Amino acid sequence: MSLLQIENLSLSIHEAEILNQVSLSIAPGEIVAVTGESGSGKSMTALAVMQLLPDGAVGKGSIKLNGQELLDRPEAEMCALRGASIGMVFQEPMTALNPVKTIGDQVMETILIHQAMPAYKARERAQEVLIRVGLPPDKFPMSRYPHELSGGQRQRVVIAMAIALRPKLLIADEPTTALDVTTQAQILDLLKGLVTEYGMGLLMITHDLAVVSDMADQIVVMRHGEVVESGATDHLLRNMQHPYTRMLFEASEHQVNLPESYETKPLLQVTGVVRDYRLPRKQLFQTPGTHRAVDQVSFVLNRGERLGLVGESGCGKSTLTRAILGLEEIQSGQILLDDQPVFSGHKPNLAVRRKMQVVFQDPFGSFNPRHRVSRLITEPFYLLDDPPHGSDRLDRIAEMLGAVGLSADDANKYIHEFSGGQRQRIAIARALITRPELILFDEAVSALDVSVRAQILDLLAELCEAYNLTYLFISHDLSVVRTITDRVMVMQAGKIVEQGETEQVFTDPQHSYTRKLIAAAPRLPEIGRGAA
Amino acid sequence: MWRWTSRKSRPNVTLMLRYALKRLISLIVSLAVASVVIFAVIEVAPGDPASFMLGVNAQPETLAALRSELGLDVSQTQRYFNWVGGMLSGDFGTSYTYRTPVSQMIADRMWVSLPLALYALTLSTLIAFPAGIYAAARRGRPGDLTVMGATQLGIAVPNFWFAMMLVLIFAINLRWFNAGGFVGWDKGIWAGLHSLTLPAIALALPQAAILARVMRSALLDILGEDFMRTARAKGLSRRQALWRHGVRNALIPVLTIIGLQFSFLLAGSIIIEQVFYLPGLGRLVFQAISARDLIVVESVVMLLVFAVIMVNFLVDLAYAAVDPRLRNRT
Repeated sequence: MSLLQIENLSLSIHEAEILNQVSLSIAPGEIVAVTGESGSGKSMTALAVMQLLPDGAVGKGSIKLNGQELLDRPEAEMCALRGASIGMVFQEPMTALNPVKTIGDQVMETILIHQAMPAYKARERAQEVLIRVGLPPDKFPMSRYPHELSGGQRQRVVIAMAIALRPKLLIADEPTTALDVTTQAQILDLLKGLVTEYGMGLLMITHDLAVVSDMADQIVVMRHGEVVESGATDHLLRNMQHPYTRMLFEASEHQVNLPESYETKPLLQVTGVVRDYRLPRKQLFQTPGTHRAVDQVSFVLNRGERLGLVGESGCGKSTLTRAILGLEEIQSGQILLDDQPVFSGHKPNLAVRRKMQVVFQDPFGSFNPRHRVSRLITEPFYLLDDPPHGSDRLDRIAEMLGAVGLSADDANKYIHEFSGGQRQRIAIARALITRPELILFDEAVSALDVSVRAQILDLLAELCEAYNLTYLFISHDLSVVRTITDRVMVMQAGKIVEQGETEQVFTDPQHSYTRKLIAAAPRLPEIGRGAA
Repeated sequence: MWRWTSRKSRPNVTLMLRYALKRLISLIVSLAVASVVIFAVIEVAPGDPASFMLGVNAQPETLAALRSELGLDVSQTQRYFNWVGGMLSGDFGTSYTYRTPVSQMIADRMWVSLPLALYALTLSTLIAFPAGIYAAARRGRPGDLTVMGATQLGIAVPNFWFAMMLVLIFAINLRWFNAGGFVGWDKGIWAGLHSLTLPAIALALPQAAILARVMRSALLDILGEDFMRTARAKGLSRRQALWRHGVRNALIPVLTIIGLQFSFLLAGSIIIEQVFYLPGLGRLVFQAISARDLIVVESVVMLLVFAVIMVNFLVDLAYAAVDPRLRNRT
């Protein structure tokens, strides 16, 4: 008998239909992955099982755990089930823990809510669970607070809270999306180990198809609140029936054809750059220490070249980006664009600054919601001494919107009228409008769904053809960097540990860290490609 | 049901001490700066207290003698240090108008104003916390709307109106309390508190309304946090999650407002003091300003500044006790 059986589950929130006739089942010891793009209803399915839906949600159909219906359970009974029979792990480890309570207290709480026992016993149990998830007391005492741990360590605490009572069903909603590849690999291993050890059923929600095909016994593909295809992983990968499933797999390993670049004239020269941050004083009259975020970084970016920068969070990628943009002063070394320094006399050099533009990660937070698109994308004109006016200006706006695949009429709309992918197109239009010599893409496609990401990557390749772009593409996603750059640099702890031709680095990595990164990145199996 | 912290999660003592020391240094610096500013501002105000006291027809010799007696004949720098040195040793100087030691005058008034402020603040907190938590837990439902309506009223209606209503109902009609005046602490602590009750309620109601709103909105922010969802996923009911994980996280903004309210209650209760004929600090300052009794004004203002800075210091310590992330910040 299956552990969890969802049958014809339909869900609406304030009349809006969220889920439509969703069915899936999980057996004990089985990993079922629900995948799909944002808005497909995968998280809502998970929350429906927990009965933690937003106010106004009305569900129809059936959700059975061990044969017992959950949908019409009274709230008090659901409270007894949550944490004890169903554990849940969330996406954001940075915010999923209460910042003012120790990790020990938080794990103990799960135990104490459901089982009457003296505090010291609960403490022992909590300690055992924390050891099991890889947080031994000598390194991570239970008196630690969440802010004293890294993202991966916090996710281990969240997992410990979820499995403390060995629930029969564990739900993990994008458990590794916010983590680095190497941490992701560790957390996925931990989850797999727990499933085998405890015989739990795991309902895993993820948009990452490589993770799905690597982990799951069963795959459920969702779109617009419906299940479009489901089946055993091997079988489904070999015989994808639904065009949407095929599109998802194709898009996630989308390759673009970059035009050749021939010029060898250097555009950006970075020599021996060091960026130190002052740390808080440990003692009152002591000189404060420093943290070296960027350590003796040197590289050259030629005109027309597409350079990638990869590394895990905290490795100094973003700091280096800010230094190149002239947003922060560096402590030693030199950054030259077109042979001119980006920082002169403790001030950003405007003459150089106007030759660079940047596209950021978050297509939702990086626009002023009160401005129209025409104003948003013409903002870089403020950097120019003689910005275009009147019809010139309108022509430029129309040209740029056309270049990124939008229409000239979109200039009068506000940003909330656009989807995430369209917003990222607008961000690119904003970066291109002054015809900069250099564009920095800082995780510019990381927040996008795979199908949208594929379109944006195609757009970049087209723009390379049309405008002979030179860019620095910063990303933690190795597969994207592999297809969209000519050369790549690998950064670790503030240093560039390896750089070279992209294909060369990926096929024959020289540095051990590069090898580790590439090995940790989950890959789609060959069979998916063959069938598609 | 509600444990503040368990044995193991007690704040790290050295970290807390270091934090307290840093706050203490900033407290001393603030006090020094404040004393200079207060002295300078009051000194540059036109009008010589000695000639004001003796009137326009005073003999120059008498004026000079009085100036020397009041310590006005030395340089400004000297006067500043005399003033600060005096205050440090408890000597606030002599009132120009009453010819009595300022320290005595302030001390008498302090015994009314300080208990009144603490009484009002306690009442306001006792009303606001349950009201704010109740409203947040019932967001958008009738209970919430009722509390919000009441707080709207509490903020809009001035406290002297409350004072008058309280006097009408509880003093004149029901005769439970006196309409005004302070019996003094020598009649016993209950008698003293009894005569401060109506003014404390009048002061507390508007403050409670503000505090309840802050508590509610801080809690609502917290309720939207990811860790509250985690708490529910562990099996806590809505109410348990609110108490165990919500309230303490919501305290930071609430503590800030409590600190501000205390400073206001200590000196800002002049209208209420007038309504209830209470010999408090507010009335003292008011009289001293009218009489150009600079030394009293200076001393009371300095004392109030001291109180505000002390309260901020305590609020800072409370922040660190509530939120471990703040302990290793500068």
